[in-house]
Amino acid sequence: MTVRTEPTRARRIATPLVTILALLAIWQAVVSVGLVPNFLLPTPVQVVQALVEDAALLASHCVATLAEAAAGLAVGVALGFVFAVLMDRFEGFYLAFEPLMTISQTIPTVAIAPLLVLWLGYGALPKIVLVIISTFFPITVSLASGFRSVDSDVIDLMRTMNASRWQIFWYAKLPAATEQFFSGLKISATYAIVGAVIAEWLGGNEGLGVYMTRVRKSFSYDRMFAAIIVISALSLALMKLVELAQRACMPWKRVEGNNNDR
Amino acid sequence: MSEAGEKNVRAAGEARRVGPALGQSSPRKGRASAELAADQLAAPALEARGLTLSWDQEHVVVEDINVEVASGEVCCLVGRSGCGKTTILHALAGLTTPMAGRVLLHGEDVTGRPGRVSYMLQKDLLLPSRRIIDNVCLPLVLAGAKKAEAREKAAPLFERFGLAGCELKWPSELSGGMRQRAAFLRTYLMGADVTLLDEPFSALDALTRVDVRRWFVDVVAELGLSALVITHDVDEAVSMASRIYVLAGAPSAGEPSHVAGVVEVDRVESENFELTDEYLAAKRQVMALLG
Repeated sequence: MTVRTEPTRARRIATPLVTILALLAIWQAVVSVGLVPNFLLPTPVQVVQALVEDAALLASHCVATLAEAAAGLAVGVALGFVFAVLMDRFEGFYLAFEPLMTISQTIPTVAIAPLLVLWLGYGALPKIVLVIISTFFPITVSLASGFRSVDSDVIDLMRTMNASRWQIFWYAKLPAATEQFFSGLKISATYAIVGAVIAEWLGGNEGLGVYMTRVRKSFSYDRMFAAIIVISALSLALMKLVELAQRACMPWKRVEGNNNDR
Repeated sequence: MSEAGEKNVRAAGEARRVGPALGQSSPRKGRASAELAADQLAAPALEARGLTLSWDQEHVVVEDINVEVASGEVCCLVGRSGCGKTTILHALAGLTTPMAGRVLLHGEDVTGRPGRVSYMLQKDLLLPSRRIIDNVCLPLVLAGAKKAEAREKAAPLFERFGLAGCELKWPSELSGGMRQRAAFLRTYLMGADVTLLDEPFSALDALTRVDVRRWFVDVVAELGLSALVITHDVDEAVSMASRIYVLAGAPSAGEPSHVAGVVEVDRVESENFELTDEYLAAKRQVMALLG
């Protein structure tokens, strides 16, 4: 019998890196050989060139998008937190809003974005609102189910210790919800960037979405790709940031990895 | 007992006084209880009188339960799964109000009032997000103690509870037996002299269970606590209790549980009480009553 061992860290990094490099090489070859005309598809080298040339411009658009995403995410998290607490505290509130949450998640953001622009104009507001709408639900749902994940025996035990409702929330429910909250936050962070970009496509003066519509109209697809790379990088960076915050907030999770065979 | 052991028990006594001092009794109540003192000396630590309980105020689960636990005594309530043991425990802990009957703590009526007895379940219910010391300190912190002073109160007890060196570990780093000891230390720090335990050790593996049970009986005796253990495990009951109340009935079939009999266990001094004739005699009686 062979023993299954965990792949080493070096291997876990190297393998996908080789895959990506291979794909880029194929892409470069396909265009260089002429299988796909260059005016339709830029080569990776051209994309990198565009990225370097437009770095300053992209950076300033980046700041605008990030600001909208951050503002929307902050409000979304705050609102989601309030909603989740109310859903936990009042059963009627939970029953009333739980199905609505699920339904609302099926509405595509692309479909409401034009309406928001119509109602709220070309400024930052419609973008922030779209980000709020798309981040609020994952946060609420993850927090609410986290609060409900507390063992009812823990609550009984704390009641026998004369714990107040607030103490039960603070010592048992809130810590129990941290893990699910951070999974929700990770999803929300990526939604925030995408939401902001989508809203920018439909009108505005700055942001990566605005940049993308401009370069598309001038057929500079290499810059389109440059913008896509920047958006991916931003989303990845945000996810990493959430992961770091999670590690900092959940010190007890760090020891569990070494202890699974107990 | 060794000198170190004695010191720990004294420390334990000091920590125990923390409970009431942290806001459970008011001066007014203090006077009233002084008048009652004579009665209370005679009264059992915990007493259930004519307790009748239901699941939904309609289906009677247990009927006319009478149980007495004297000070410093470990008693057991044994019954099959589904006979309403946990319902009784909840009522005794004051988490629910009975249809009829009363719960008395040292003669004082505590029916439907939580927070007067301490309480421990089969699941250790340690909060994964708190270090062991902060988990055991929880009752002190909930009663208003500062984290640092609560830690100071709890720290000297770790050795007696077999948890030395575990203070700053996370619950996930401890074995099942250790976690259960930590849960018992937390129960102890709830500061009540009467402890209710619901199948406290049945989640442990067989060998650990026997060790932890013996340790538990020793500690309870040493600290002068009274305990009512609720279990479906006849061996658990006979190995720990001096008196066993046997519950019989099938509430789900419309037949409320009642106390079918009381078995006094002759707890002889023995290295292996589990192998003595007295143990087997008691076990036989309990099993006969369970039917």
